[in-house]
Amino acid sequence: MEVTINNIRKEFDRFAALNDVSLTIGSGELIALLGPSGSGKTTLLRLIAGLDFPTSGRILFGDEDASRHTVQERNVGFVFQHYALFRHMTVAENIGFGLRVRPAKSRPPKSEIRRRVSELLEMVQLGGLEKRYPNQLSGGQRQRVALARAMAIEPRILLLDEPFGALDAKVRKELRRWLREFHDRTGHTTVFVTHDQEEALELADRVVVMSQGRIEQVGSADDVYDRPGSPFVFSFIGESSELPVEVKGGTVLFQGEPIGIAGERDGAGELFFRPEDVALVDAPDALSGKVTTSRRLAGTRIVEVDIANNGHAPYHVEIEVPLHAPVELGADIRFRPSRWKIFTKS
Amino acid sequence: MTEPAAAAPVRWRLKQPSIIPGFGLTLGFSLAYLSLIILIPVAGLIWRTAELGPAGFLAIATDDRTVRALIVSFGTAFAAALINVVFGLIVAWVLTRYRFPGRRLVDAMVDLPFALPTAVAGIALAALYAPQGWIGQYFMPFRIAFTPYGIVVALVFIGLPFVVRTVQPVMEEIDREVEEAAATLGANRFQTITRVILPGLAPAILTGFALAFARGVGEYGSVIFIAGNIPYVSEIAPLLIVIRLEEFNYSGATAIATIMLLISFVMLFVINLIQAWSRKRYGNG
Repeated sequence: MEVTINNIRKEFDRFAALNDVSLTIGSGELIALLGPSGSGKTTLLRLIAGLDFPTSGRILFGDEDASRHTVQERNVGFVFQHYALFRHMTVAENIGFGLRVRPAKSRPPKSEIRRRVSELLEMVQLGGLEKRYPNQLSGGQRQRVALARAMAIEPRILLLDEPFGALDAKVRKELRRWLREFHDRTGHTTVFVTHDQEEALELADRVVVMSQGRIEQVGSADDVYDRPGSPFVFSFIGESSELPVEVKGGTVLFQGEPIGIAGERDGAGELFFRPEDVALVDAPDALSGKVTTSRRLAGTRIVEVDIANNGHAPYHVEIEVPLHAPVELGADIRFRPSRWKIFTKS
Repeated sequence: MTEPAAAAPVRWRLKQPSIIPGFGLTLGFSLAYLSLIILIPVAGLIWRTAELGPAGFLAIATDDRTVRALIVSFGTAFAAALINVVFGLIVAWVLTRYRFPGRRLVDAMVDLPFALPTAVAGIALAALYAPQGWIGQYFMPFRIAFTPYGIVVALVFIGLPFVVRTVQPVMEEIDREVEEAAATLGANRFQTITRVILPGLAPAILTGFALAFARGVGEYGSVIFIAGNIPYVSEIAPLLIVIRLEEFNYSGATAIATIMLLISFVMLFVINLIQAWSRKRYGNG
C-alpha cells in the first residue's frame, strides 16, 4: 500500500508540531522517521494511523483519502513504544482481539481465529506461550506479542513507535535484525519512529530525517550520511565538527587565513567535516590547534583539538588520526579536511 | 508445574533476618491495637450471644421480624452498592477524564457524605423525598420516603464516596495507549470500554462495591429518618438491635448483631477471595 502525505500541518494549541510536511512512501518500503525528541516524528506517525487529525493537508492510502476515515476504518497495525498490551487478557486473547471485535458479518469463526492466532505466534517465535499473561513475559516477548496483535488484523500498513526504545541493548539488536527479516518475509509497507540513528541507518530502506516539525532530508543510509542536505542532518547523523568560515574567490578562509581547501559559493558559512575525513599536513595553509585529549579507539586514534578563537572559548574539533602519527598532548597539530561541506548563509 | 518431589520441610520461624527491622515491634503493636479495637468487642458480642444457648439463638434468628429486618438491611445495602457502582463509575470517569471549571469543587463534594453527620443527611433526604417534599411530590403516588426505596436513597448517598475514591486512582493510571491500541485494532468505543477498560477496573470496582455495601449494612443514623421504620417492611436490622436494647433484651440485641456480623464476614471474605484470584491472574497487585 502506497502512502502519500500531502502538505500536512498539525498544530497543538497554536504550536506547530508539523509544518507543511510532504512524503511519499512506496509500497513495501521500510521507512524510518528519525529525529530528536520534539521533531514531530511521532506526531506524523499518529497522523498516518488516524490517532490524531491534521490541522490541514491530506494523507492518501493508495488513491483513497485516509483523512476521511477514523482510526478503526483505516486498518493500520500500530505498535506502541510501551507495547500497550491488554493485561487482563492472555497472549492468545491479545492477539485475537482485533478479530473478535469485528462486526458479526466479517468476524471469522472461533476455530479460524484460533488457527490464525497460533500461526501468528509461530511467526513471532512465541509458540507455546498463548496462555501466559503479559506480565509474565519479558520486554522483548511483549514487543513481539504487540507486533503479532497488530499483524492479526491484516493491516494495510504497519506503524511502529520507537519499537525498541524500552529494551536493553542486546535484545534491541536481536529484534532489529528480526524485524528486518520479518519485513522482508511479509512485505508490508512499514514506518517506524526512532531517535536512534544507528537503528534507522541499519534497518530502513529510506530514512526520513526530521527536525522541528519539518523534514530535513529523505534518503538511503548512504545519502543521509555521505551527502547530508542541511547543517542539521550533518551534525545530527554521525560525528562531525563545524567551524565558521568565509569563502572568497573560491578559497575557504578560516579566521581570515586560507586553510587549503576550496569552496564554491562566496560568502560566510559553516564548514562541516567528519572526524575520519581529515588528513594531517605539514603546510602553513591548514587548520591548527592544540591537542587536548587523545583516545585509542580500536584501529584508530581519536584526537580532540582546541582551535584558538581570539580570546573567546576555543573551537572544539574531533579528528581521527592514524595510530603511528605523532600526537602529543598539548602540542600543536595541523590538519585539513579531505572531505567536507560548506553551507553558505544566504 | 513440577514441584520438587522431596521438598525440604520449611521451618516457619517468627523471627527471620531482615533488612527491614522492627517486624516484632510493629506486629506486636498491630495485634494489640486490633485486639483492643476490634477483637475484644467482637468477642464480647459473641460471648453475650452464647448465653442464649443454641435454641434461644435459633429462635431469634428465625423470628419473622428479625429475618425481615435482615432482608431489608442486606437487600437495600446491596441495591445501593450496585447503584453506586454504576453512578460512582460515571462520576470517577468525569473527574479523571475531563478538565472543566469547577472540577475541584465537584471532586471535593464527593467526600461530603463522609463529613456530614448522617442524621443531618437522613433528615434532609427525608424532607426532599417525602410525599410533599420538593422531589418526592413528583413521584406520587409512588412513595420514596418511608419505604425501603427511601433506605436505598439514603444508602446511595452514604456509599457514593467509597466507589468513587477506590476507582478514581486506578482510572487515572489507565494508559491512554491501551485505548488507542484497541482503536487501531478496530474496536469501537463501546467495545473498548466493555472489553478493555472495565475488566481492568474490575478489582477496584469490586473493592468499592464491598466498602459501600459494608457501610450500607451498618448504617443507622441517616436511614432511620427516611425509612419510616415500619416493622416487617422498612425496619432495618440495626434499628431492631436498638429496639431490643431499649427493651433491656441485651442477648436478643447481640444475637441479631452476631448474625449480621456472620453474614457480612462471609460476604467480605468471598469478595476478598475474588480479589486475590484476579490479582494472581493479572499480576496487578
